[in-house]
Amino acid sequence: MPPLDALVRDAHALAMGDAVPVSDAEAEVARQLQICNACRYCEGFCAVFPAMTRRLEFPKADVHFLANLCHNCGACLHACQYAPPHEFAVNIPQAMARVRGQTYHDYAWPPALGKLYQRNGLTLSLALAGGLALFLVLAVALKGGLWQVPGADFYAIFPHNLLVGLFAPVFLFAVLALALGVRRFWRDVTPATSGAPVSPPAAAEATHDVLRLKYLDGGHGEGCHNDDDAYTLARRRCHHLTFYGFLLCFAATSVATLYHYLLGQPAPYDLPSLPKLLGAVGGVSLALGTAGLWRLNLRRHPLQGDAAQKPMDRGFIALLFLTATSGLALWLARGTPAMALVLCLHLGAVMALFATLPYGKFAHGIFRTAALLRHAVEKRQPSPIGLGAD
Amino acid sequence: MDPDVLVIGGGNAALCAALMAREAGATVLLLEAAPRAWRGGNSAHTRNLRCMHDAPQDVLVEGYPEEEFWQDLLKVTGGLTDEALARLVIRHSSSCRPWMRRHGVHFQPPLSGALHVARTNAFFMGGGKALVNAYFRSAEALGVQVRYETPVERLEIADGRFVAAHLKGGERIAAKTCVLAAGGFESNRDWLREAWGQNERGEWPSDNFLIRGTAFNQGVLLRHLLEDHGAERIGDPTQAHMVAIDARAPLYDGGICTRIDCVSLGVVVNRDGERFYDEGEDFWPKRYAIWGRLVAQQPGQIGYSIIDAKAIGRFMPPVFPGVKADTLPELAHKLGLPVDSFMRTLDSYNAACRVGIFDHTALDDCHTEGLAPAKTHWARPIDTAPFYGYALKPGVTFTYLGLKTGDTAAVRFGGAASPNLFVAGEMMAGNVLGKGYTAGVGMSIGTAFGRIAGANAARAARQQPAQPLATLIATEQGALHAAA
Repeated sequence: MPPLDALVRDAHALAMGDAVPVSDAEAEVARQLQICNACRYCEGFCAVFPAMTRRLEFPKADVHFLANLCHNCGACLHACQYAPPHEFAVNIPQAMARVRGQTYHDYAWPPALGKLYQRNGLTLSLALAGGLALFLVLAVALKGGLWQVPGADFYAIFPHNLLVGLFAPVFLFAVLALALGVRRFWRDVTPATSGAPVSPPAAAEATHDVLRLKYLDGGHGEGCHNDDDAYTLARRRCHHLTFYGFLLCFAATSVATLYHYLLGQPAPYDLPSLPKLLGAVGGVSLALGTAGLWRLNLRRHPLQGDAAQKPMDRGFIALLFLTATSGLALWLARGTPAMALVLCLHLGAVMALFATLPYGKFAHGIFRTAALLRHAVEKRQPSPIGLGAD
Repeated sequence: MDPDVLVIGGGNAALCAALMAREAGATVLLLEAAPRAWRGGNSAHTRNLRCMHDAPQDVLVEGYPEEEFWQDLLKVTGGLTDEALARLVIRHSSSCRPWMRRHGVHFQPPLSGALHVARTNAFFMGGGKALVNAYFRSAEALGVQVRYETPVERLEIADGRFVAAHLKGGERIAAKTCVLAAGGFESNRDWLREAWGQNERGEWPSDNFLIRGTAFNQGVLLRHLLEDHGAERIGDPTQAHMVAIDARAPLYDGGICTRIDCVSLGVVVNRDGERFYDEGEDFWPKRYAIWGRLVAQQPGQIGYSIIDAKAIGRFMPPVFPGVKADTLPELAHKLGLPVDSFMRTLDSYNAACRVGIFDHTALDDCHTEGLAPAKTHWARPIDTAPFYGYALKPGVTFTYLGLKTGDTAAVRFGGAASPNLFVAGEMMAGNVLGKGYTAGVGMSIGTAFGRIAGANAARAARQQPAQPLATLIATEQGALHAAA
């Protein structure tokens, strides 16, 4: 139960009609931003601080918007004269990360599943175990075992229509859940970010910022922070390998679907076919990127980010890595007795990944994109604050 | 093995010295009194460098020629400066930034709320702590040895020649040469008390001062050099960069965010509820540096900036919320001010306002008539609820008492320059800045003298004579012109 003074504060706020009650994590961001707004040394690093200077107060929706705009690059932590051990204890990356974690939970659809964020390591483990079990049991049920399937035809093990019947609903549900979640987020932060509609230049800028991961460049192009106060481009590059690797793998699957239905060419495909090329490059890129992100995550400065979310971060990285490497292994295992087992492993990983997309780290990309788009819209409006000193 | 150059201090000037000495091939040991988390002294709180430039230069717009910079410095110091040294600092600021960039410092366009210095000041991206971090990284990469939590207690000096430093724990560190860049004495409460003494009301004013910067500038070596070694001195111990800050700021390290920028938008009263100075004399960025001393002269060393709802959003948001009230008497009561005299002051101020066209971006025509002291600009009646009050205390940034030096940065004993002991930063800023302040000039002085002190320490370690700062400037300006 919340402490009495918090209840009194919330009741007072409601009675005054001037504020929506805020969580401790949100109140902490508001406290820190009050200090930042009186300092402003970090304005050059990212989008968060220029957005902050357009505000004098930080109610709930503004905090959610700013928290999702933050990329946890760490620049403001290492540059901060008020960072711990200073008594002001300003740690924006950490405070923002905590609110982001809360955002994912609060905006999850259906709401009851928001809880899956809170024990995300467990969620992902169970999803993976479930995915593996599903395909192992299916294989045994359909084929009587895992070693009796010679040849190189996946569909000899799992018929194509069975796979479509399993994956399509899960994938479509994930898309729906993410879309409904981010739609509610968008509706809440839009009034707090000028309310103006999206213009083509704003959309173009946000797209650019997402695809280039602009705000991991440190504002000067030398990169962001990981282990310490030195700049590094490693996080940005590993994220690019992961992101584009993921997209290539996704493209491989999409192109393969077209081959299947439009050209009547069922899998497997060989080099140099387009699905194979996309999948091979994407798989290698995704494996390298996630291996790099894993290593960087282990070495991340302890003050940077929210330690409680490490299981979510690492679980997602590991699942992506498993998806990529099992996909590559499947290529090597084709025609060998191990193929069926590796196929089960790969399909199980992909199923776990799809099933948890709306309830894991993947959501950060969706909410951040929405925040970047709102930022690109808001920055084009005149600032509501006019400082006389300028 | 003993290092060639010992640098005492860990702020901007010390790091500049260490980097220059190392670049010149000397082995360097840097001793920082603070633990790593608090390294960098007051430099970690800075945000920009005042720079001369004849034409637009990356982040700097228009031009800020030497003469204008010099006139600005002359004005704020009231002539308490050394023109030759000041002009060297100014010229050095026009060509030192490529060197700073090489050591990892990034510059950015001026911050919002600071556009008034877009022409004169180059901002460090992320502020001074990012600069300090970059310099430490560069120094360590070049092989400078760094020791934290290593305060030096005294120096061994023979015939004006540095021999060794003695640490608090008793350890003795010998070196061929030494650069002193250990800051002023602003964090030393006893010394401040001694310098400011007792006033006519029997108060010890400095007891109410807050220190905006580091707690580690105790002035141990400054006092040691002046008193035990008879080093030549410069400056007055009561002179300092001092501004009026939020009275609720921490005792140390409150830094930039504790400033209160609404003085010119309202009135300021003292403990007795009376006004004491023209709040609208000039633009706030040109006046903020005098208000620390103004408040220090008031009873209890406290002032109260009073504004109404019309001012909200027109000044940099303060770090702590103001005391808020729906009526002026209620505000006085909440601030603990005598309501009657407060209301007399506010009523006569409000009645004396002659409001024309209010414009906070210009020296407008809103002024008072028949009021003493007058408010000469931006005078509008304080009549729109809610009302806000901010208690102000003097906040010391750094002290100006220091060691006398010349254009080689050498410490002087009995009229002669030491052959191997140099000084930089706050420990000698008083040579250029006898009083007053203008934004970013502390870093201009620290960078110029830190660099020449380090270069000369490396030269002295090789038995070469010291070079004047002008030689370094000529070399760098030559390189700039060649590049252009």
